[in-house]
Amino acid sequence: MENAFGQPQNVVVLGGSSDIAGAIMKKLCAARVHTVVLAGRNQERLDAAAAEAREYGATKTDTVLFDAQDPANAARTVSESFEKVGDNVDLVIVAVGLLGDQLAYENDPVLATRMIMVNFTWPAAALAELRRRLVAQGSGRILVITSVAAVRVRRSVYLYGAAKAGLDRLCQGLADSLEGTGVTLQILRPGQVRSKMTTGSADIPFTTGVNEVAENVVRGLASSERVIWSPPILRYVFFVLRHLPAPIWRKVMDR
Amino acid sequence: MERAALSGWGRTSPSVATLVTPLNEADVANELASSPAVIARGLGRSYGDAAQLGGGLVIDNRDLGGISPIDDGGVVTVGAGVSVDELLTFAIPQGWFVPVTPGTRQVTIGGAVAADVHGKNHHVDGSFGAHVTEMRLVTPSGPFTISPTQDADLFWATVGGMGLTGVLTTVTLKMLRIETDQVLVDTERFADLDGVMSAMASGDEAYRYSVAWVDCMTRGKRMGRSILTRGDHATKGDVETPTLKGPRPPRLSVPFDAPSGLLNPLSIKVFNELWFRSAPRHQLGEAQSLSTFFHPLDGVRDWNRLYGRRGFVQYQFCVPGSAGETVVDAITRLSSSRVPSFLAVLKRFGAGTPGPLSFPMPGWTLALDLPVGPAKLPGVLDDLDEMVLSAGGRIYFAKDARLSPQKVRAMYPRLDEFLEAKNRVDPEHKMVSDLARRLHLVGE
Repeated sequence: MENAFGQPQNVVVLGGSSDIAGAIMKKLCAARVHTVVLAGRNQERLDAAAAEAREYGATKTDTVLFDAQDPANAARTVSESFEKVGDNVDLVIVAVGLLGDQLAYENDPVLATRMIMVNFTWPAAALAELRRRLVAQGSGRILVITSVAAVRVRRSVYLYGAAKAGLDRLCQGLADSLEGTGVTLQILRPGQVRSKMTTGSADIPFTTGVNEVAENVVRGLASSERVIWSPPILRYVFFVLRHLPAPIWRKVMDR
Repeated sequence: MERAALSGWGRTSPSVATLVTPLNEADVANELASSPAVIARGLGRSYGDAAQLGGGLVIDNRDLGGISPIDDGGVVTVGAGVSVDELLTFAIPQGWFVPVTPGTRQVTIGGAVAADVHGKNHHVDGSFGAHVTEMRLVTPSGPFTISPTQDADLFWATVGGMGLTGVLTTVTLKMLRIETDQVLVDTERFADLDGVMSAMASGDEAYRYSVAWVDCMTRGKRMGRSILTRGDHATKGDVETPTLKGPRPPRLSVPFDAPSGLLNPLSIKVFNELWFRSAPRHQLGEAQSLSTFFHPLDGVRDWNRLYGRRGFVQYQFCVPGSAGETVVDAITRLSSSRVPSFLAVLKRFGAGTPGPLSFPMPGWTLALDLPVGPAKLPGVLDDLDEMVLSAGGRIYFAKDARLSPQKVRAMYPRLDEFLEAKNRVDPEHKMVSDLARRLHLVGE
């Protein structure tokens, strides 16, 4: 069970080799985590993440393989992960995502579809199954990683941004639908984070490391706020950016 | 039958369960047979997750009522859902008082047994379970009449057993004779912790009731400044016009959730300062009503809302009498870490009951209210757990919302004895709660 500070004991991570999820798990394992099930597409990376979770204090770890390009496997992936936990699940982190190379995708219908599948359709399918299971359990928490790119989609990553925007909005409605069920959904909107997903990207203002994101998440879980911004100041930065006239927005973002 | 979101008094970690309100023992037995996971709930004054069960069945005991006439020896049989408030309303006019009362009247007798609650008289009279002569317990294997001589293992597993042996329907206990509804109170102020602790160690035996309020937010020389109040029931000769009036209902209430930041380091410091200054330096024999002395917070309904939506945790530990240093160290750690905490309650415990999960042990106990919010609070409390554990002490389950399961066995070394009694009547571990799941009390 989760404790009064939002520290979980049993955790499922969908997108288990995500660097952000890994950094969050380090902190949660050091606090109260007992069992972790990591689901992802690369067994080697999952094993490494599981070993790290044990090193930081988890007693029991397991892994589940799936490919997020096929939303048909989402329900099975969730079921298998819950069965491997074998107890109430306190927290599910949805960290599935693909940034990719916008220039390669934007003129290719097949690749464009794949971006939407991985970043939106698969997570949406998984969330439906998560909702069903957690509501029956009467408790639990879902943390969905979207992005500040979802707040206002920018030219250089608009496919990724659009998919994340879809997921972010879906989560807003889902969170409302969970009121009174004992289940809570929180959205993590990080800015640019130094990780393998962003290797090669130049640091833009407010770029953070994964550890800082994890710190913001741990605080966010304790406070139960709907949207966790990382770094927190982006809440205000994007309030301004969101309202900029389009020509200025493009100028700012294309720099 | 309804689905309800339930939490403890601290309002952290709510979960949703099916809630039923049985009317009698047969109803309770039917409910137990109908669900794979069950826990009883009284008035929800446990601070954490003791009386909730996500996805399971929660049995609200409010309709398991009824109070028998009190016999000449003070023996009374009450429904497990009767509150201390109801019992006092009935008993005080007849010259009887509950043998043990916690800091609120808004607990049920069933809950008082399940948590084996203690009061200001623990150093003399022990905890609630010590005054219970017989109980009726509905278990997954059927109903039992239990007492210290009949199914004693099950009786003591139920005293302090956090509801994990079954659902109590009636409790028979021995009340205390009183002549008036007043308490004669001696109040003393102390500038530091050493002063109050030595006064308590040397002088508590002369009083039936004793408790100290400690300021955990002052540092330096004034660290742990305290107000010690001790008293005894007033006899007819002690007061001019002896009366026997029951408790009054609360006159104030908190109608909505306060903003989460209302209770912050500054506002709490100001409150603590006012509280400390409002106490007399030294006053002897002041007559106070039973309510004022025992249940000051009952005057304000829903006061837990003052902590806002995030809620608060209460941290209560006890350590053996030889480990008084641990109390000082704990308060030093809290005051130096600057996490805000309201006036803490310090008290000496006498002998414990034979209950394997009962909390009190002879020595000291300290309880503090801490608003959820400061990022360092979880870590500070984990550090305090270590200090308590190495001093041979433990944490009170009825207050807990954050202990780690790894520490439970060391704090409660007789857990297996409890499980043996539980397994006899609940082999499938049907009786479970969010607390029991979190602390692995009934297996991982």
